Amino acid sequence: MSSIAQKKGFGATLWDYLTTVDHKKIAVMYLIAGGLFFVIGGIEAMLIRIQLAKPDNDFVSAGLFNEIITMHGTTMIFLAAMPILFGFMNAVMPLQIGARDVAFPFLNSLGFWLFLFGGLFLNLSWFMGGAPDAGWTSYASLSLASPGHGIDFYAIGLQIAGAGTYIGGINFLVTIINMRAPGMTYMRMPLFTWTTFVASALILFAFPPLTIGLFFLILDRMFGGNFFDHTMGGNTIIWEHLFWIFGHPEVYILILPAFGIFSEIFTIFSRKRLFGYSSMVFATVLIGFLGFMVWAHHMFTVGLGPTANAIFAVATMAIAVPTGMKIFNWLLTMWGGSIKVTTPMLYALGFIPSFVAGGVTGVMQGAAPLDYQLHDSYFIVAHFHYVIVGGVVLAILAAVHLYWPLMFNQMLSEKLGKWTFWFFFIGFHLTFFIQHFLGLMGMPRRVFTFRADQGWDLFNLISSVGAAFMAIGVIILVYNIIVTAVRNEPVGNDPWEDGRTLEWAIPQPVPFYNFRQTPLVRGLDPFWIEKQEGNKEGMTYAEPLSDIHMPNNSFIPFVMTVGLFIAGFGALYHGEKEWSIPVLVLGFAITFGSMAVRSLKDDHGFHIHKEDLMNEKGGK
Amino acid sequence: MSHDAQVYVKSDAEFNYIKQKRRQDMRNQITTFAIMIFFTLIAFTTVAAGFSKYLIAPVILLLAAVQVALQLFYFMHMSEKNHNVPMYFLFVGAFFGFIFILTFLTIIWWG
Repeated sequence: MSSIAQKKGFGATLWDYLTTVDHKKIAVMYLIAGGLFFVIGGIEAMLIRIQLAKPDNDFVSAGLFNEIITMHGTTMIFLAAMPILFGFMNAVMPLQIGARDVAFPFLNSLGFWLFLFGGLFLNLSWFMGGAPDAGWTSYASLSLASPGHGIDFYAIGLQIAGAGTYIGGINFLVTIINMRAPGMTYMRMPLFTWTTFVASALILFAFPPLTIGLFFLILDRMFGGNFFDHTMGGNTIIWEHLFWIFGHPEVYILILPAFGIFSEIFTIFSRKRLFGYSSMVFATVLIGFLGFMVWAHHMFTVGLGPTANAIFAVATMAIAVPTGMKIFNWLLTMWGGSIKVTTPMLYALGFIPSFVAGGVTGVMQGAAPLDYQLHDSYFIVAHFHYVIVGGVVLAILAAVHLYWPLMFNQMLSEKLGKWTFWFFFIGFHLTFFIQHFLGLMGMPRRVFTFRADQGWDLFNLISSVGAAFMAIGVIILVYNIIVTAVRNEPVGNDPWEDGRTLEWAIPQPVPFYNFRQTPLVRGLDPFWIEKQEGNKEGMTYAEPLSDIHMPNNSFIPFVMTVGLFIAGFGALYHGEKEWSIPVLVLGFAITFGSMAVRSLKDDHGFHIHKEDLMNEKGGK
Repeated sequence: MSHDAQVYVKSDAEFNYIKQKRRQDMRNQITTFAIMIFFTLIAFTTVAAGFSKYLIAPVILLLAAVQVALQLFYFMHMSEKNHNVPMYFLFVGAFFGFIFILTFLTIIWWG
């Protein structure tokens, strides 16, 4: 996308996005698709809060309520939070390390389409006989007993989407290990790149257990397996272990990039380098490592025995230490800084107390004896919304404002952004703070209604009012985005004026080959260094201008994904419809056929010639 | 990254060094290969000789562990330079795998 690119028709633009392998366009698609699922999950949340606003409500039935809570959790974790973070990783990380693209652009596109089609598959359950209803954890004792195809949609949909996430994670790992610009040593990488790196490593290790668990579930439900059926020699607890071996690292996969985003925001708007950079890196790696040692704290009440509970309780407490290091480093980054309270900074300021509150209740639950009291109550609901909304969602909203100019060369309205923040922030605390007390008063989670006069009526109403506030905040954000897109005023690079890392140094709109010449990194915060030395261009180059090798666009990832999507329906109706096996075979034939085409047909990409780079057209 | 074509001329010392290094590498590969064949022979012999099960199982497992290490370090070139990151990931993954299996054994199947 050069500045003089000609207007293209809708069809051509659509084809461009369907076939693109450009990390910046894939980032936009992740953002749009993730945003869409975020809205769907949000609507489900509103339905939950409407149902619980008053006692003995019959707004939705008990069965439908179970479907809504399951889909709310699953959608928000797998289809909203993670893809939106992937969008920012795609948009920002290659620019931060001075790379032309990710290591495997083709796989990047494949990862996106797998996520999207997995998400669509899961959501089609609403129209095809009912959504999954065993909770987002889908414990086998519940899910094996669930009638209809809801759970089948869950298992197959997540399998497809999970493959996409896994591919994305490996891609980021290879990119960060191999494609850093000269001088960009590990200890000069911006914190968002570091957290992307560690989160990708967590994906690498955490997703295989989920894949195995989901395959067991698929085999049990559709192909006559008995992995989780205790009457046939299986064991239902195995699902719980496999799920949480994945599930606990998963929450760090979400929160670490959020930490990275906030680290960027704190340094930019305090106009100071990050306090304790090396301890920040150390804490990130340590959180990632310890994240694998604590999964059984979700299962204290299963009856693992006191020894196992004690070990996992102690390991859980240990994670509070590196997290605390991070909190203090952020506070000390602000200390003595020349602080500008912009919208992203506002989110970062709101994040610290909110996340600390969520962390403290986490330590409370980490104490196994107390957890017996808190387990399966609204206290748990309050806790994980405090860390996920107070940490991840605030980071996503902050990053939308922070990186909007980088991705679209436009600035979201600061005024509307602050309105969004206040509505969302107040609504968030209104909704979830009071749920701690509902939990302590004995309200169990996942109940579709409650009897009046147990002391829960008013608190539930307050909680529902808070949810409406959050919805208003999101609606203002959507309005803000539409207004900004229509107004379409280009803002150029470094619109926040205090950008420190390479992504702010690159000219806007970002050329499709990113860097004309690979930059030379001379220290932490390279753009800041160049600015301090009065370098107008913002970059020192590591190489002379020469031809750039670029990958060709490809439609194959899309076709490959469609094959798996079709195969999913074949598996879903196995043993029920006679066309199931042929459809399964057809789907896999399409997928493996397109893999064969990709392998057998050489695609060498193309070169942008030096002469074209030097003239006005900038390589287009 | 893009590069213009470059011609790089090796000095004599460099040439000899690389030649010698390659010879050494080849020798290592063949030695390891021989050791592995020997290990396989031992494994088969212990079974064929009809030793106690409690001897055979640990011996074979021990040989397997050594073989994995040899495989990684010599055949898959992990002993060479610039393999720190893959090595780190492998070890961490193996450690996690060990923890998971240990947990499954102790609190699901034995407990």
